[in-house]
Amino acid sequence: MQVPAQVEYEKATSVEQALALLARYAPGARVLAGGHSLIPMMKLRLVQPEVLVDINAITGLRYIEAAGAELRIGALARHADLLAAPVAGEHFTILHDAERVIADPVVRNWGTIGGSLCQADPSEDLSAAFAALKGSMIIHGPDGSREVSARAFHTGPYQTVVGPAEMLTEIRLPIRPGRLTGGSAYMKVARRAGDWPIGAAGAAVWLAGDVISDVGIGLTAVGATHFVAAEAEEFLRGRPADEPTLARAGEIAAEHCRPASDQRGPADYKRHLVQELTTRVLRTAVRRGREARGLAS
Amino acid sequence: MKISVTVNGTDHQRDVEPRLLLIHFLRDELRLTGAHWGCDTSNCGACVVWLDETPVKSCTVLAVMADGHRVTTIEGLARGGVLDPVQDAFAACHGLQCGFCTPGMIMTARWLLDHNPDPSAAEIREAISGQVCRCTGYENIVRSVLRAAGHDGNDGGASG
Repeated sequence: MQVPAQVEYEKATSVEQALALLARYAPGARVLAGGHSLIPMMKLRLVQPEVLVDINAITGLRYIEAAGAELRIGALARHADLLAAPVAGEHFTILHDAERVIADPVVRNWGTIGGSLCQADPSEDLSAAFAALKGSMIIHGPDGSREVSARAFHTGPYQTVVGPAEMLTEIRLPIRPGRLTGGSAYMKVARRAGDWPIGAAGAAVWLAGDVISDVGIGLTAVGATHFVAAEAEEFLRGRPADEPTLARAGEIAAEHCRPASDQRGPADYKRHLVQELTTRVLRTAVRRGREARGLAS
Repeated sequence: MKISVTVNGTDHQRDVEPRLLLIHFLRDELRLTGAHWGCDTSNCGACVVWLDETPVKSCTVLAVMADGHRVTTIEGLARGGVLDPVQDAFAACHGLQCGFCTPGMIMTARWLLDHNPDPSAAEIREAISGQVCRCTGYENIVRSVLRAAGHDGNDGGASG
């Protein structure tokens, strides 16, 4: 029987109240959202917070909306919300690709986007998707709010830039002008339905004619720094979106990631997955971008 | 901590430790043993109940998180002594063998049919993909849900 250690519990009904509670109890406090990462960790006694600050009653943090040139996702949006939001799929197919393979439908009902990000598991899927989309995170603290690039959010496995008296409140994804020439995709290989990835890749491609004007490639579970395949991105920028180029980008991504052998598979196999999945998501993203352009013209 | 939870339409007040999991609150405090305590790791789904209108794995929710909310368990599905059509269908189609996974399967299936009254076999399989039947009786579980949706329960076979 897995039982968390003794813990105090506070319920916050506003961001201000949550921040006041975090400030009062830091560094012994942890934000409790869906709890589907934190509670298992507490049951295994891998973390033992002194105080839980439950933010589930801050209903104003649960939203997914296009605002100006951004898609904004409230930190308390559930995974099921993101999968069900047409506005998310309309702009970024990668998000729906990823959500379909995150955990299982019942876990997605309750687990939150912000919670997954702040847990910062090195195999987490949305961290790679948001890195590919070059999003940013809004973090509130005692001194106000700050915006941090998705590519600077994680400082290591299970570690983020969010301080003990701070909380993540929103994820922002830029919607570029002429978005109809962009496409995105996510693919994951796992041992069984609902499992963490052995390896996964996401790509967002922006096309100028048939040339790749910009690209984001996110990798998870394979030791990619900040979940990004930076060298492959650099190689692709300004090159034609043809098959040999995309295949070469997959090879570059595989060369530069640093997977570890573990119970999910040997490092060589994971490297092979990175090469294949990176090429496939680039191919799909390019095809989707062209299809969207075809629809627009 | 004092909490107030409406379970199957009945208000319950209890003083609980914040670390108490919802599944243990239901089973040990309220003696509602329909929801089963299975893997304890949010993998098997035997503990699925509804928190307000949403199926959740109650081994991974604290009882204090249900304070001020409604919980529905398998005991709350029948109305006036009449079983829910999903319960009837599980009985008719042999949707249960040992019965351990059944309460969670039925709670998720009821929710699926409330949101998608005519699901395909593939959609049913997706809906219960976070729940494990250790008898491996999935074929009959899918048939049961199809029958509850108004099909004859024979079109969810191996090809489904």
